[in-house]
Amino acid sequence: MSGPVADVAPAAASGLRRVRRNYTPYLLLLPGMAWLVVFFVVPMLSLGSQSLQTGTVDTGYVLTWHLQTYVDALSRFWPHFLRSIVFAGTATVLTLLLAYPLAYFMAQRSGRWKNFLLVLVIAPFFTSFLIRTLAWQTILTDNGPVAALARSTHVTDLLQWVHLTSNDSLMNSRFAVICGLTYNFLPFMILPLYANLERLDHSLVEAAGDLYATPIQTFWKVIWPLSLPGVVGGTLLTFIPAAGDFINSRLLGNTQTVMIGQVIDSEFLRVQDYSTAAALSFVLMLIIVVIVAVYVRRAGTEELV
Amino acid sequence: MTEETSGDLRLTGVTKTYDSFTAVDQLDLVIPRGSFFALLGPSGCGKTTTLRMVAGLDQPTIGQIWIGDRDITETKAYQRNVNTVFQSYALFPHLSILDNVAFGLRRRKVSDHKAKAMEALELVQLAHIAKKKPGQLSGGMQQRVALARAIVNRPDVLLLDEPLGALDLKLRRQMQIELKQIQSEVGLTFVHVTHDQEEAMTMADTIAVMNSGRLEQVGDPATLYEHPKSTFVANFLGQSNLLEATVTSRAGTTAELDVHGVNLRLPVDRLADGTSALWLGVRPEKLRLVGPTDGGGADDNRLTGVVTDASFTGLATNYLVRLPWGQELMVVQQNDGSLPAARGAQVTLGWAAEHGFALDADQDAHAGAQDQADDSGAT
Repeated sequence: MSGPVADVAPAAASGLRRVRRNYTPYLLLLPGMAWLVVFFVVPMLSLGSQSLQTGTVDTGYVLTWHLQTYVDALSRFWPHFLRSIVFAGTATVLTLLLAYPLAYFMAQRSGRWKNFLLVLVIAPFFTSFLIRTLAWQTILTDNGPVAALARSTHVTDLLQWVHLTSNDSLMNSRFAVICGLTYNFLPFMILPLYANLERLDHSLVEAAGDLYATPIQTFWKVIWPLSLPGVVGGTLLTFIPAAGDFINSRLLGNTQTVMIGQVIDSEFLRVQDYSTAAALSFVLMLIIVVIVAVYVRRAGTEELV
Repeated sequence: MTEETSGDLRLTGVTKTYDSFTAVDQLDLVIPRGSFFALLGPSGCGKTTTLRMVAGLDQPTIGQIWIGDRDITETKAYQRNVNTVFQSYALFPHLSILDNVAFGLRRRKVSDHKAKAMEALELVQLAHIAKKKPGQLSGGMQQRVALARAIVNRPDVLLLDEPLGALDLKLRRQMQIELKQIQSEVGLTFVHVTHDQEEAMTMADTIAVMNSGRLEQVGDPATLYEHPKSTFVANFLGQSNLLEATVTSRAGTTAELDVHGVNLRLPVDRLADGTSALWLGVRPEKLRLVGPTDGGGADDNRLTGVVTDASFTGLATNYLVRLPWGQELMVVQQNDGSLPAARGAQVTLGWAAEHGFALDADQDAHAGAQDQADDSGAT
């Protein structure tokens, strides 16, 4: 859809350039480029260099191309990487399951309630991320109604059985961390899905039914494939920040749920092993880039309209 | 899946109400198997609602819909052997043309769906673009793909919802002919919803004229045009001149009418028994400009008037002739070499008595005229 629109701009620009050099596009790009250089390229280079330096905070660091830092960091913290990927992946799947029906309802069926529902989705952003996460401590607390209900309905037993909790309480467990991640990143899944599903032409759903597709077939053959760009956008916006998150695991987890973001945080600020922290940051970035690249290629979004 | 015994599409007492608004009111309709049937009416007359109820996209509030001897009222759209060509075509943008056409066959697990879909594409002469996506096609091509996608399933009834509305005039004419050929080739029942009276008359065997959720008249195009039963039909299908008349005598096969003091005639079988007041209708092209001394059959009706407007269209000249009591009649004179009349000229209009038709006097003489003017203006 955006193809023709995007093509027009460079064509018009080159047409102008033939008459006289036109610097306007470059001038317009300048602030953005400057921002990227100062706040992304320079810190990246600094971080990369830091990961290859040796020394201590007191004596200062020297660039020694010490690649062993990476090997040590990976061998020490690979379980945290794995845990981060699994937690973020689980939370992403859960947000998708929660967000899809909600976004579909909002986009296609809510009528004049549409804007009100959108406000409700965005409303949590008026509160700080930290406060919202702390609220989950209260929600899942041992003597709260949620925990009582979970115990009386034996949901706690089920959670223990699948190793999401280790005892009768809900707090300080894998379960709590995943709940926090799911809750905090839910709007990032809803909004792209909503934007996509709102454009869905309802006559396509009717046409599928007219052509003998049951409601379930209509979903998998028409609605789902057409909503893939929204699904990809939403999962990326959820998975990437969730994989690097360090708040949820700290506030809702225990020593067995430490995620890689938390490790990097403590290596930098508490242990003050800057080289290891920088190496971990680089590896995390690399892992996410690889996962996203494979995922986007498999989803094949470029073929969609 | 075995071939099901199919038959006529029947609607019995079908009513659809939305809150306080009645879209379709007590509709009884039989559409014979294999016919090309048009539902014609102005926007908001309930024709699209009727179509959607047959498709299963809307549920009737009251009434039943039958195909043959099967009541399909309660079945879902995907359970009905009915397919629709949507006004917006509604092609699946993520599927190739071939997959679009094969969609219905796949859902029914037809074994050689690829071959059958190709066959349908050949029927609409689009086999060469089977691998393209809908977004790469022109409007006319998309229209034909939508048709192929519906026809390929060999439904009991094929519904067409203003399928030519988005096409330009030339392409529309071409598609009208093509659709009619395809229909006679495949022999399916076509139900075509349109507001374009010319389109309906060109294509359909039978036309049902709808107005405000009700049927006005059902018949073949010629009957509807020559013998409209209501002022709405008379004005919506083409144009009509309606004269206020009273019956003065009935003698043999001819009735004598009084129109503002002028004696006119009409075959007596056009009149219902006991009618005294009526609208006498005559089509503009049935009126001839005749010299006052020209001879004519004894049954020729004559009126005199003054030409107030003359417009030459090439094929014909359209006149407006003001009668002594102020009413203006539309006259269409074919460009057949007869002498044109100038504006302001005193003329005599003549027409054969059997070209007249009678309508109930209690109807609005202008019903349907405005709807038609709106629609022809929009197209």
